[in-house]
Amino acid sequence: MHPAFSVVFLTTLIGAGQGLFLALFTVESYAAFGLLPAQTNGLYAVGSAIAMVLLVLGLIASFFHLGHPERAWRAATQWRTSWLSREVIVLPAFMGTVFLYGMAHWLGINPVLAQLPSGAPVNVTAVLGVVGTVLAFALYVCTGMIYACLRFLREWHTPLTVINYILLGGASGFTLAAALAADVAPDVMPVLAGWALIITALGLIGRVAALIRNARLKPKSSLQTAIGIKHPKIAQKAQGMMGGAFNTREFFHGRPGSVLRAVKWIFLLGAFAVPSVLLGLGLVSMAGDVLAFAFVVQYLGLLAERWFFFAQANHPQNLYYQSVA
Amino acid sequence: MTQQSVQEVKNTTCYMCACRCGIRVHLRDGEVRYIDGNPDHPLNKGVICAKGSSGIMKQYSPARLTRPLKRKAGAERGAGEFEPISWEEAFSTLAERLGKIRATDPKKFALFTGRDQMQALTGMFARQFGTPNYAAHGGFCSVNMAAGMIYTIGGSFWEFGGPDLDRAKLFVMIGTAEDHHSNPLKIALSKFKRDGGRFVSINPVRTGYSAIADEWVPIRPGTDGAFLLAVIHEIIQKGLYDRDFLVQYSNAGELVNCDEASDEFGMFLRTEVPEEEACYDPQDKLWWDRKTNKPVVTHAEGVDPCLLGEFKLNGTPVKPSFQLLYERVKDYTPEWAEGVTGIPADTIRRLAYEMGVTARDQRIELPIAWTDSWGKEHDTVTGNPVAFHAMRGLAAHSNGFQTIRALAILMSLLGTIDRPGGFRHKVPFPRPIPPCARTPNHPNAVQPNKPLDGMALGWPADPDDLFVDENGGPVRLDKGFSWEYPLSVHGLMHNAITNAWRGDPYKIDTLLIFMANMAWNSTMNAVEVRKMLNDKDENGEYKIPFIVVADAFQSEMTAFADLILPDTTYLERHDVMSILDRPISEFDGPVDSVRIPVVPPTGECKPFQEVLIELGSRLKLPAFTTKDGQRKYRDYPDFIVNYETEPGSGIGFLAGWRGKGGEKSLRGEPNPNQWEMYAKNNCVFHYELPKSYQYMRNWNQGYLEWSQRNRITRYAEPILINIYSEVLMRFRQAAQGKGFSRKPPAHLAKRVETFFDPLPFYYDTLEAQVSDKHKYPLAAITQRPMAMYHSWDSQNAWLRQIHAHNLLYVNAHTARVNGIEDGDWIWVESQWGKVKCMAKHSEAVEPGTVWTWNAIGKAAGAWGLTPDANESQQGFLLNHLISEELPACERGVDRRVSNSDPITGQAAWYDVRVRIYKAEVGAGETVTEPQFAPLKPYPGQTERKSIWNYFAGAKK
Amino acid sequence: MTQLALVIDLNVCVGCHACVTNCKEWNTSGEAGPLVDQNPYGKDPTGTFFNRVQTFEVGEFPNTETVHFPKSCLHCEEPPCVPVCPTGASYKRKEDGIVLVDYDKCIGCKYCSWACPYGAREIDEHQKVMKKCTLCVDRIYDTTMTAEERRPACVRACPTSARLFGDIHDPESEVSKAIREAGGYQLMPEWGTNPANHYLPRRKTKLRIREDELERADNPLKIDQQLPKPGKAEPSLDDVTSW
Repeated sequence: MHPAFSVVFLTTLIGAGQGLFLALFTVESYAAFGLLPAQTNGLYAVGSAIAMVLLVLGLIASFFHLGHPERAWRAATQWRTSWLSREVIVLPAFMGTVFLYGMAHWLGINPVLAQLPSGAPVNVTAVLGVVGTVLAFALYVCTGMIYACLRFLREWHTPLTVINYILLGGASGFTLAAALAADVAPDVMPVLAGWALIITALGLIGRVAALIRNARLKPKSSLQTAIGIKHPKIAQKAQGMMGGAFNTREFFHGRPGSVLRAVKWIFLLGAFAVPSVLLGLGLVSMAGDVLAFAFVVQYLGLLAERWFFFAQANHPQNLYYQSVA
Repeated sequence: MTQQSVQEVKNTTCYMCACRCGIRVHLRDGEVRYIDGNPDHPLNKGVICAKGSSGIMKQYSPARLTRPLKRKAGAERGAGEFEPISWEEAFSTLAERLGKIRATDPKKFALFTGRDQMQALTGMFARQFGTPNYAAHGGFCSVNMAAGMIYTIGGSFWEFGGPDLDRAKLFVMIGTAEDHHSNPLKIALSKFKRDGGRFVSINPVRTGYSAIADEWVPIRPGTDGAFLLAVIHEIIQKGLYDRDFLVQYSNAGELVNCDEASDEFGMFLRTEVPEEEACYDPQDKLWWDRKTNKPVVTHAEGVDPCLLGEFKLNGTPVKPSFQLLYERVKDYTPEWAEGVTGIPADTIRRLAYEMGVTARDQRIELPIAWTDSWGKEHDTVTGNPVAFHAMRGLAAHSNGFQTIRALAILMSLLGTIDRPGGFRHKVPFPRPIPPCARTPNHPNAVQPNKPLDGMALGWPADPDDLFVDENGGPVRLDKGFSWEYPLSVHGLMHNAITNAWRGDPYKIDTLLIFMANMAWNSTMNAVEVRKMLNDKDENGEYKIPFIVVADAFQSEMTAFADLILPDTTYLERHDVMSILDRPISEFDGPVDSVRIPVVPPTGECKPFQEVLIELGSRLKLPAFTTKDGQRKYRDYPDFIVNYETEPGSGIGFLAGWRGKGGEKSLRGEPNPNQWEMYAKNNCVFHYELPKSYQYMRNWNQGYLEWSQRNRITRYAEPILINIYSEVLMRFRQAAQGKGFSRKPPAHLAKRVETFFDPLPFYYDTLEAQVSDKHKYPLAAITQRPMAMYHSWDSQNAWLRQIHAHNLLYVNAHTARVNGIEDGDWIWVESQWGKVKCMAKHSEAVEPGTVWTWNAIGKAAGAWGLTPDANESQQGFLLNHLISEELPACERGVDRRVSNSDPITGQAAWYDVRVRIYKAEVGAGETVTEPQFAPLKPYPGQTERKSIWNYFAGAKK
Repeated sequence: MTQLALVIDLNVCVGCHACVTNCKEWNTSGEAGPLVDQNPYGKDPTGTFFNRVQTFEVGEFPNTETVHFPKSCLHCEEPPCVPVCPTGASYKRKEDGIVLVDYDKCIGCKYCSWACPYGAREIDEHQKVMKKCTLCVDRIYDTTMTAEERRPACVRACPTSARLFGDIHDPESEVSKAIREAGGYQLMPEWGTNPANHYLPRRKTKLRIREDELERADNPLKIDQQLPKPGKAEPSLDDVTSW
């Protein structure tokens, strides 16, 4: 597929935003159960604001993908069948939740609504946090399923796609949260950085698993099934147009295989190896700027990962578009 | 969106190629909304091709010329620097210049036209002007196909006749270009295949029609003659020929003088017969009667002639011409042909048997009674259902004429001429052999202020018909009808520019080119010809003093004009598809048709016909002027209605709705409402002959007399198939110094003697004879894409998306042996030039052949395209590799001859031999070569859109 | 239930592109139009077409088949492009099975094209909505046209009548018969999309010449006395025995 930068940015930005929110609520939950010291609202409010910025940027990026953004509202109508439609519903819901969560913390409006049997108070931010968490995961699933549900894009058609969207978004979000915490709440930083390391490691496992799986894929479609002629040697001579078409632009990354291989190593280093080292360094040295750098590197690595994710997917329609003459 | 719009449908005739299908043009608010095929048209029956469907993009193309243009003072020819002028200035310039030429030496005006479909009018204009220097594109297209077959069976393929696929069982297609006769052939092919017919394609390349053949037989280019002669060999050896047909309907049994010492050697023996009135081909030859073992006059009642054997007649050794054919093909065995053609001998043999056995065992008898020319009545029409079709693949070689003779003879041996399931004629064919039209035979025919005393083009029957001077030198600029190319029945347009530039045989003053791209794809050796067009003599004067180009589009040729006359598109004008020109008749009878404007002319465009009539009137050419010197015709439609070949002849350009009220067909007085009647009747006139006149027309008394009555032909005699061509022998005889006719100049005697063989023979093409086949191991040819016609459609926004540039197709194995990968940049080099292009591997091409699509490559900036368009940057022409001249075959003689068939002057496009090798291409060098300075748009061309959302009627 | 479809006969398709440009011509000024052309006179001209003809070579020289292959939307019975559409712009009509795009609802997200394994959809890069073959829905129900005209433009144009049009659910229709009798098949059956459009394969007519067909009773060489006949003086059994 041709990696559209709108979608590359959309998925990486909201993935990090979702992860950041999850990290924030992880801290709040830990705190609620006394596993971490209670935090001032600043961490949550600033964190939510950053998450919102990422989400909004992602949303803006998504509009670049649309031919008619003014009609985007229509995209909410087909939630029964379309994962894209579901994403379109869940994304604003999630954003709203994050907004409310952040506002509640910022304004300090956080009344207790109920008490758990254990005696732990259930306040507004907890409710919003749980709702947000559900929505964040739902959004990961929607985003992942947009790709995973396309069964003939076999590189995508696997649970690993959804899992990796969760893990990679989570990793970048937790890394960002750790960097943020280093500034505003240093005492929770180690937990966040630790989680970031763990999720990054899991992400690496998930992503490598997907790479291994995809490397072993045998194409289900062939020129033989594409044109229905049973002969071992078939070659296209003319694809029907010479100046290119939507079909030759949308479904090809247009780069040589060497670029693809290089990008793979770049994202393996950039999204996993280097951030892990930097997270480790940051953890040891408690240096916020190292963690911030870790996030920047990881985010760039994820951009490469997402580019690769699209580029590697081989659309069966490409069987019909192989030769200009 | 379209509620208030005005919708109209108008019928006219397509002109996106030479097929001439009936179309319906749907207009919305005056803009072309849709063009579809007219279901009521006999030619295309409602279908339409890719080109026809893209007429909208031709109509609104930015390549259109919309104003008369004059080359800017001081600008070089070819630079494309023009300034607009008025039509009045254009006409007065032309009238003054041409008037002077006509008053002094009319042959200094030359008019050559492309694929124009109005040769009857352009030819008439040239003749009225008085110049012999007129021809259309036939000489560089397929004249071999016309001449080779017409000199043999009196008819030919495409416009003149074709395969009867409705009833054929076996169809053999050899070297056919897909752009010829496209829709009717496509319709027929598909029906044929669905009916279970067997389709064999013999072609170096498998594209287009060949793709759906049941069997593809790859053959080396230029060797079709060897294949056909080997098939003839097998057909005769196995006794698979139709003896009855040959005896009755050909000259197979006629006795030939075989006394080498005799002046009459090679001629038919003749006897005294009662002289018939106005007889063209007296039936005075002899057969050898099997029963009485004596010579008798042919077709004598109850006589069966020997076809084989050797006899003595008053001491003179004589043989039936079939015996001579038998001897001729004796050594043309399939094994021999395998070495020449690359087709395995077993395949040749099998194909011969398939043809022979199908013809014999699947015989058709139709219950159609008819009477032959000898008065014998037949209850049925017989057919041997083997059909052939061939075109440029055979024709465009310097051995094409004899190859096509072999094909026509094979078709005749199988007994398939004008019979069901075989070859069928189309009116006005068959013609006598050769047809009666003649050129003048003396330079005196060209006189100041007088029409040419004869036709500019004709059909020589013997050396005395040649258009030469006392020394045997050519009278025509292109050397047509001279000893160099005696049967050049369509002229040699491809040599006009070179000859005019060199002043050989003489210099001319004004060259008028109508819609022929002679600075590009329609010329050989395009690089040099472009220099010739711009070349000046020692006084700084152009060697070709004045060049006028009439065209609708900004072609490469227009850039070299001193004066450009903007033509209309086919949707903007009146036109006739006349039987006087290339007819569109069906097998069952004559058809002609018209174009009627469906939209007004763009800008100041003027139909070329109107230009000719205006010029003819201003020059006071007799046909365009009344007795008192006044203009005779208001305009072209008026001319078409009222012109008669002679006063009161009743013969005009259109055959339908003649007579005062439109009640007459074929002949009749002018009908003032003729155009309206065509308009009401789908723009087409179709006259269906009675069934009994639809077959066996060479020898069908009823048909021939009908044809004579309607003045389609002057003679109603049987047209016997020329298995043995006495016409060719007359030229050979003259070359041998025998007989009473004119003799060729000494330096051409050998050439004429060699090639004017009365029986077909195989020889290496002339280019191959002067080539080192080891150095240039490959043959390079072009194919015609079905979605493009010649060079016409690169300006078409839709069609150019399909063919934006071209690559050289190379057999994958051949390519790898030469170290060339798919998509590599390569050099293609002939002994005459080289081009750089991209290679494409293919399994559908014979290993010794490379090919590309014809005329896709364009010069930068031409055809309304941007200078960086694919056509010029990645497209290329093979023409740069092909020389228009070859060194004469004799050694040590500094003489050039046209790169053409030595009999007909057919341009030998497909003879060129090349080698290929990988080009080292650095970054930024991925551009084809040669390149030329880009053209700029001319004044009057509309702006090139970069985004176009065409929606008819959107302006409103 | 009706399922309209095209059946494309590869046995007679000569690759002339008539269906390609006639489709473009009809649709650019029709309800589906305009269909954009970009760089129509410049480098790499490109535009939106509903139908393309491609060329494939099958086999190796000299046993090569050249196959011309027209391809447009296949109007799948299980169209994967429809459920993924977030706006409902992409839909399959119940009454005749045509898969259509409602341009007014389309947001141009291209997701439907990703979901089509055949590459049958082409976005109009100027109007930014997804376009595709409509089976000329603005022709086939237009009662101002004659019955002959109420067919898709490509079907009417096709010079070899390689394109058949009709209801594949009606077993008596021309298309159903063609599929049944000529071995009609679907593209990429492995995805279960159940395309309505079918293709008919190449069919070969062969001729077998038996040896005895060359030993002919009607051999004219018998008349022309060219079949070998031994001279009377040549040796024969009569020379050596008297029985």
